[in-house]
Amino acid sequence: MSTPDAPLLVAEGLSKRYGQRIGCADVSLGIHEGEVVAVVGESGSGKSTLLGLLSTQLLPDAGNVRYRMRSGDERNLFALGEAERRFLLRTDWGFVHQDARLGLRMGVSAGGNVGERLMAVGWRHYGRIRAEAENWLERVEIARERIDDCPSAFSGGMRQRLQIAKNMVTRPRLIFMDEPTGGLDVSVQARLLDLIRSFVGDYGLAAVIVTHDLAVARLLSHRIIVMRHGRVIETGLTDQVLDDPREPYTQLLVASVLQV
Amino acid sequence: MSDAAHYNFAYLDEQTKRMIRRALLKAVAIPGYQVPFASREMPMPYGWGTGGVQVTASVLGPDDILKVIDQGADDTTNAVSIRKFFERTAGIATTTHTRDATVIQTRHRIPEAPLKEGQILVYQVPIPEPLRFLEPRETETRRQHALEDYGLMHVKLYEDIARHGHIATTYAYPVKVDDRYIMDPSPTPKFDNPKMDMCPALQLFGAGREKRIYALPPYTKVVSLDFEDHPFERTKFDRGCELCGAEGIYLDEVVTDDRGGCMYVCSDTDYCEGRRAAPHAAAPPIREARR
Amino acid sequence: MYVAVKGGEAAIAAAHALLDKERRGEPAIPELTTDQIREQLALAVDRVMCEGSLYDRDLAALAIKQARGDLIEAIFLVRAYRSTLPRFGYATPIDTGSMTIRRRISATFKDLPGGQVLGPTFDYTHRLLDDRRHGAAPVVQPLRKAVEDDAAVPHVSDLLGEQGLIEPNPRAVNDEAVGDLTRDPLSFPADRDLRLQSLSRGDEGLLLALGYSTQRGYGRTHPFAGEIRMGPVEVHFVPEELGFEVSLGTILVTECEMVNQFKGSAESPPQFTRGYGLTFGHCERKAMSMALVDRALRARELGEEVVAPAQDEEFVLSHTDNVQATGFVEHLKLPHYVDFQAELQLVRQMRCEWEAANRKEAAE
Repeated sequence: MSTPDAPLLVAEGLSKRYGQRIGCADVSLGIHEGEVVAVVGESGSGKSTLLGLLSTQLLPDAGNVRYRMRSGDERNLFALGEAERRFLLRTDWGFVHQDARLGLRMGVSAGGNVGERLMAVGWRHYGRIRAEAENWLERVEIARERIDDCPSAFSGGMRQRLQIAKNMVTRPRLIFMDEPTGGLDVSVQARLLDLIRSFVGDYGLAAVIVTHDLAVARLLSHRIIVMRHGRVIETGLTDQVLDDPREPYTQLLVASVLQV
Repeated sequence: MSDAAHYNFAYLDEQTKRMIRRALLKAVAIPGYQVPFASREMPMPYGWGTGGVQVTASVLGPDDILKVIDQGADDTTNAVSIRKFFERTAGIATTTHTRDATVIQTRHRIPEAPLKEGQILVYQVPIPEPLRFLEPRETETRRQHALEDYGLMHVKLYEDIARHGHIATTYAYPVKVDDRYIMDPSPTPKFDNPKMDMCPALQLFGAGREKRIYALPPYTKVVSLDFEDHPFERTKFDRGCELCGAEGIYLDEVVTDDRGGCMYVCSDTDYCEGRRAAPHAAAPPIREARR
Repeated sequence: MYVAVKGGEAAIAAAHALLDKERRGEPAIPELTTDQIREQLALAVDRVMCEGSLYDRDLAALAIKQARGDLIEAIFLVRAYRSTLPRFGYATPIDTGSMTIRRRISATFKDLPGGQVLGPTFDYTHRLLDDRRHGAAPVVQPLRKAVEDDAAVPHVSDLLGEQGLIEPNPRAVNDEAVGDLTRDPLSFPADRDLRLQSLSRGDEGLLLALGYSTQRGYGRTHPFAGEIRMGPVEVHFVPEELGFEVSLGTILVTECEMVNQFKGSAESPPQFTRGYGLTFGHCERKAMSMALVDRALRARELGEEVVAPAQDEEFVLSHTDNVQATGFVEHLKLPHYVDFQAELQLVRQMRCEWEAANRKEAAE
């Protein structure tokens, strides 16, 4: 058992290669409960590989990830059985994809999408499942009347909000987001970012957000990790790193944003 | 080669029967689990009962009495054809009476008369995988069964209710077996599902094309999936059989003219004939089953 | 009128009698013999043997006659017969390198050891209907040429292999037994031995369409017909009692080796890759299609992205068998009235509910 102020998730020496190419090299980090960490870098910097490894979608060549389960036990994630891993993924964790089609069942109604996790953990009362789905749709600002519509009929912004509702319904403690605002209009982005920010605050969520958009990182994250060529080159409190970057590469990233 | 005498008892060679019996034993040991088996080409087409025929061939002995039904009836063409096949290749006795049969091969129905201990009911199964139309990949559905990862099945039922106000599945209605595996009861109407629960007879399922065998040992718990507030409901007919007067049984709608005329008669022909031959001696119709 | 559904047994017997009559056709026309089919419809016989997985020209000819020329039905007859045959052992692998060449062509080299041998082929014929085929046309005797005793006909892939330009043929791991599709159910992911078996007895039409689709961009493999060879090969068997190899006779086979786009990595230099096709009899189109699909199905093994139907192992292997496919499609002819009754009742109920809801809405 560990103390509550110990990190929720600890990664040590994570490495992953794709043939000759380095996906991610010797990355270590810790995430505390309620803490939002942004991983930034250009495409090909290894941030998506890191997210895949942390969320057990990919297997590392070296290193491990430990996680403090709801029971309080600390477990090596790569030693979990497949059943345990899937259970963790659909209860204590969430995953918001840039492409909503990866996170939603496009031919299943919004209510069915949100209800799936509840049914998977044993809910068997239609009325209660539906009420809970309505409740979460409302919290992500999707009208109750849309509960029986399929996400294929939703706008891009609504799909992302539905993904969040689908994840939140089991009250996860940790949520992974891969470019959650990518490809959305600026005004839609702003509304989604507000929503994510309020959820993180209200529910004490920890989150790992992969983004190439430094503005998203500044708005949402407490801490920032800058990656390049598969390695972490700078890390620190978000405001500090963005206001006073030490590494020349980070300076370049920050400068290129300011010029726009 | 058309002479049946050239073939082994019940067509299949003994090695093949042993292989199928091993699969059957495994299936009985893990109720509801789909056991892969090396299905053979049979002299009838895939989809026409090759799985059921192979299972029947493997469990038949010379003293068995076989009944074959399709859609509940003994005289439907495919039932006749399969019954003939075993008469020719195994030379065994056949019957149309449910109570006299030791082995009953069926497509799409369970007889109305209660089955008893010692009887074997063999189902012909087209698609054994209850998750198939939710997830087409065998590799994924096998994993879902292994991990008891059945959320998707309930999503389907949820969608039915959201769309139609009730579960809009009338046949091949999925069941949970012995609190573990989700199983496809074969395309029997859901009316027959309650008969599978705690049935005294051994129930064997053979899918030839898909190469799977599964089983329900006698007295196995079989529960039709549902929601607490939308419980499983057996199909009800608001009338009885117009030939024998039986109620609470499954009816066929027979179109009698081209002006919308029709009559309703028992789907189970043996049950209907038995009642008409001896109206007072016939077993009382099974009323709405209680769960 | 209810008796109309009765009497299935008599109806079946009558239908089969009618079938016999139709099979015979006009009685004034001489009846076809199975010898004629075996000799003159040899390619149909080859296809039935190949997809029926049973090398017996006479049985295949009989099946074609019995099936009235419906080849899938004939394949089915042969397969059903095949399941009753006891299995007494497995032959040793045939050596197509020692084939007595009847046809051998390569599209990758203009000339090569052993030469290009056109053999009996439709290639370069003009597809013009020929009146002379109506009757008994005299057959021009083909030219004969003596085979040189030491005429080696090496596989094109071996010529490339000597220079390391093509990946070596995969070797069985530690003499691991080759799987048998007809004795063990296929499970996924399937190894290449089972994949090739499945393709070799798979439906020619499906393989042709899938192979074609890879050429049109759905899973491109950049194929070259490295070599197609056809001819008899000897089959050997080692009876346990004897402990040495005996010859069982010869079978006619067609083999196609595709040479496909190369791959390379830091560990291994760029090399061509292989696709393989083998059929009983002279089934050239099938052998070529099989080689295309085999190569497409190796996508996962070779680290290629799986994006097209021909690369999707579960999809391809689950649907290649035409006996399975035809059975399941045609089973829709069987009565389904019990299930249909249940659906009928549901539709009626749902229509009532819909009408009630509409009436209520109109009233409000």
